[in-house]
Amino acid sequence: MDEDHSLVAEVSADFPAIDRQDEDQLLPQLVAHLREHRTKLRQEWASRIHDANLLHAMTPQEMGAETTSVYDNYVEVLETGSVEALQHYARDLSERIIPRGVETHEVVGIVLLLRDVLARSLFEKYQRDFGLLNRVLDAYEPAANRIANTVAVSFVDERERVIRQQQDAIRELSTPVLPVRERLLILPIIGVLDRERARQLTEQLLTGIRTHRAKVVVIDITGAPDVDESVANHLVQTVDASRLMGASVIITGLSPEIAQTLVTIGVDLSKMNTIGDLQGGLEEAERLLGYTVIRQNGSAGQ
Amino acid sequence: MNTGPALVSVLRQGPYLIASIHTALDDSEMIRFQEDLIEQIGRRRSRGVIIDVAALDVLDSFGSRTLRNIAEMARLRGALTVIVGIQPDVAFAMVRLGMGTGSVHTALDLEEGLTYLDRVVPSGPRTRA
Repeated sequence: MDEDHSLVAEVSADFPAIDRQDEDQLLPQLVAHLREHRTKLRQEWASRIHDANLLHAMTPQEMGAETTSVYDNYVEVLETGSVEALQHYARDLSERIIPRGVETHEVVGIVLLLRDVLARSLFEKYQRDFGLLNRVLDAYEPAANRIANTVAVSFVDERERVIRQQQDAIRELSTPVLPVRERLLILPIIGVLDRERARQLTEQLLTGIRTHRAKVVVIDITGAPDVDESVANHLVQTVDASRLMGASVIITGLSPEIAQTLVTIGVDLSKMNTIGDLQGGLEEAERLLGYTVIRQNGSAGQ
Repeated sequence: MNTGPALVSVLRQGPYLIASIHTALDDSEMIRFQEDLIEQIGRRRSRGVIIDVAALDVLDSFGSRTLRNIAEMARLRGALTVIVGIQPDVAFAMVRLGMGTGSVHTALDLEEGLTYLDRVVPSGPRTRA
């Protein structure tokens, strides 16, 4: 191999005819070649994607349309050297395919496949002349790497943007503190309680107790699937802090998993007032506050 | 030592003493507050004590232990203690650092504290005196 290589180097050195100007011609030549064989190369690429089991989420028609535009964008970047249009396209594409569950490895995978398909076709075209092939690859590889890089980064950026957006949305509707009767608050918790949400919950609850002058708070965690140890601890601390502010907390809807977590971490649960469901919790809260709810005779439900 | 604005005020309201802490106290001031308050409970024959900490934005471990001690001593001298006005941040910080108020009752504010004492303090011949 080494011998071959030095030979090639010698050969190319022996051809002073290929000077700087020809080098500049290489990329346009290459682009012309890729344009010329567009249909064939694109089909080959599509079949490679299919073989590699990538992009399950897309229909064949969509695949056709997307591969065409990715291909054209790709060649255009090779030609102009400017990745801006591709960046824009990649972001747009990501926006469309992320909600459909396309993974990062798939996107990177198809771009690398295209890079490979095109490189192979270049090998085939220039196989007679190693010196030329070397220089063609010198021109092609950096551009191709740049493209792969751009697409991957755009995809990940877009993905992070979506995640951030969703986090904001969750934060906004995260922890409502609802007054249901005078001096009685309800705090329904729905969805996973992480550290950040737990912190927010504490803050909202404690300030809520002050502003509503609450004496009893019902925290309903029917909608919370599970909590980890630190969040469970945080929850217990929140209950204690509420007590310091003169409010008693009733926790309802503890799932078996959460009950197990609480017992396992060994926190002092003797002061925790828990009741099976929200209905029971409200009844207990009303009792504590001295309310009696009486159904009028003859009303519905009898 | 005793010049300047009062750090603490202790007022009598019927059978109760209302002690308001106006600013963060250092350890020796806290001790003086404790001695003063316990002494007044006996002198004024109080049946209940309200300690209002609404003005405090921080309560250290010594402070909360002293409050617990005051409550315990007050009980021994015949008065029930309730701590009122713990701010949300203070409450959570206290719990985080594992320094609750123990068995001492807490209430949202002065009004709540008075309501609580009215409910639990037995009215015997002593209050009527």
